[in-house]
Amino acid sequence: MTTIVNEQPKASGWRHALFGRPAKPFVNPYVGGALLGVVLFLSFFLTGNGLGASGGLNRYVVFLQDLIAPEHVDRVAYLLKMAGGDKNPLDDYLVFMTLGTLMGGFVSGWLHGRLKVETNKGPNISVRTRWVMAFVGGAIMGYGARFARGCTSGQALSGGAVLSAGSWAFMFAVFGGGYALAYFVRRLWN
Amino acid sequence: MTPFPLPLNELLGHWGAYIVYVLIGFAFGYVLEISGFAISTRLAAQFYLKDMTVLKVMFTAIIVAMVLIFAATGLGLLDYNLIWVNPTYLWPGIVGGLIMGVGFIIGGFCPGTSLVSAATLKIDGIFFALGGLFGIFLFGETVQYFEDFWNSSYFGRFTLMDWLGLPTGVVVVGVVLMALIMFWGGEQLERLIGGQPKPRHAGRRRAAAVTLVAGAVLVLLIGQPTTQDKWVRLAAEKEALLAERAVQIHPGELLASLADDQLKVIMLDVRDEADYNLFHIRRARHLPLDQVQAAIPELQLEAAANTVFVVMSNDETAATAAWKLLVAESVPNVYILEGGLNNWLTVFGHDDPTLQPTPTPPGDDRLHFIFAAALGDRYAAADPDAHHYELEYTPKIKLQMKRGASGGGCG
Repeated sequence: MTTIVNEQPKASGWRHALFGRPAKPFVNPYVGGALLGVVLFLSFFLTGNGLGASGGLNRYVVFLQDLIAPEHVDRVAYLLKMAGGDKNPLDDYLVFMTLGTLMGGFVSGWLHGRLKVETNKGPNISVRTRWVMAFVGGAIMGYGARFARGCTSGQALSGGAVLSAGSWAFMFAVFGGGYALAYFVRRLWN
Repeated sequence: MTPFPLPLNELLGHWGAYIVYVLIGFAFGYVLEISGFAISTRLAAQFYLKDMTVLKVMFTAIIVAMVLIFAATGLGLLDYNLIWVNPTYLWPGIVGGLIMGVGFIIGGFCPGTSLVSAATLKIDGIFFALGGLFGIFLFGETVQYFEDFWNSSYFGRFTLMDWLGLPTGVVVVGVVLMALIMFWGGEQLERLIGGQPKPRHAGRRRAAAVTLVAGAVLVLLIGQPTTQDKWVRLAAEKEALLAERAVQIHPGELLASLADDQLKVIMLDVRDEADYNLFHIRRARHLPLDQVQAAIPELQLEAAANTVFVVMSNDETAATAAWKLLVAESVPNVYILEGGLNNWLTVFGHDDPTLQPTPTPPGDDRLHFIFAAALGDRYAAADPDAHHYELEYTPKIKLQMKRGASGGGCG
């Protein structure tokens, strides 16, 4: 019973430590870019691999599928490569990189006072519309990322830096797709 | 040997290597967050030309990493053959990119940034990440219906240098200049359309731009090592292997390896076409010595953890030359057929009466047999049955743990 009495002040202290830090401004984009470039270089220099996000997410999805319907995974060639037989889809470096990305984002958000439960949206749509659009956009993005064999990090950024021709074509396609549609969905953001 | 990338699994073990990846991921997430990439409205503003943060961060990252990478490979610190260069599937990449552009403007993130957004508790980021997982799931379930297209227009490891036919340094300088022009244009748009004030710190910005261009020019001046340069660096260590006969495998070991389904043996027959047509081992690929260099990028991609390459000529001279090229370019697990095809025929062709040795020794690296017809692999000796032979030899194939790229940024 005593725990209940103690919990209130403890929780608020915990909350304050997490959300109460003063918010700091973002760094200059060129500085941020240069730091990102150094991280990308170190990734290639030490491991031979670039950065990635969607590949890690892919493996979490396949892991769940393998838990729920292993026979199905064994029948689909694309899934089989990651989870066939006794292969564990989580036994891959991207899974760990993704884990690190979440941790790094969280720690930086916390340190700089930007850890905040909120929804960022254009001024002319409701929060609920934004959520639906975020989910729909995410699904399209996830589909496209696997289609292109990599996302903005794994293809554009990593492939771009090592001068893969396909990655550069991909990069211009992403910007092209975004700009082509931007006008028609301007109400979402403006 | 080129010291980087590190053989992480050998140095740190399976889990130790994963810790390195967690740390790199951590730095990645941290930098994305401090650049403001957790905020969807900032990212989307890129597409309304008001705020070019995305363009600036992305292209600065690309050119900084590029200059550092190619300076390191130029100085012989980093092996470009061992780093992952996304293979080019041109049209699937472009179509996937267009789909992603659409997802970006509707959802406001890309996969990496949505992770950071979700980690800082932005609800739209969490919804986007969940949507992303759903889209990935959908792709896995539907790719079987358009697998042909998805695997089409494949160019392998195809770089801008290959496409433009220019040396690496020139491309590096060109990309840096292009990025600087884009930054300048982006800032004009920010002022005209986004109504943003003129950027401050003109001096520092100019210094940064000059540093980058200077770095790129330095990469151009250093140049990239040729296969010959790479061989010179390795020669002492590798000549010893040749002298100890540590990489020349007995025909019996080749035969046993071919029958071993744990191994993927790729035989490369580097002789000229006439000899290849007279006789070759079944499933040996014809790759004349003068074409070996050009085939290296493709062999790199074929090399899985259990792949063994065996090069062969009539004796060993041409095979050894090919071996040097492949080893210099870091193709893993390359061996030479001991005594070449002459030795192979001596071992496996002695009960074939149509195979007659030449009366006089024909000189180094020439066929020692007379063939009635150019039957290629339609001789019994071209495909001997491994179970019929009990051969004595010292096994030499030791699979090297693969170093470097393990399948790509988003693989």
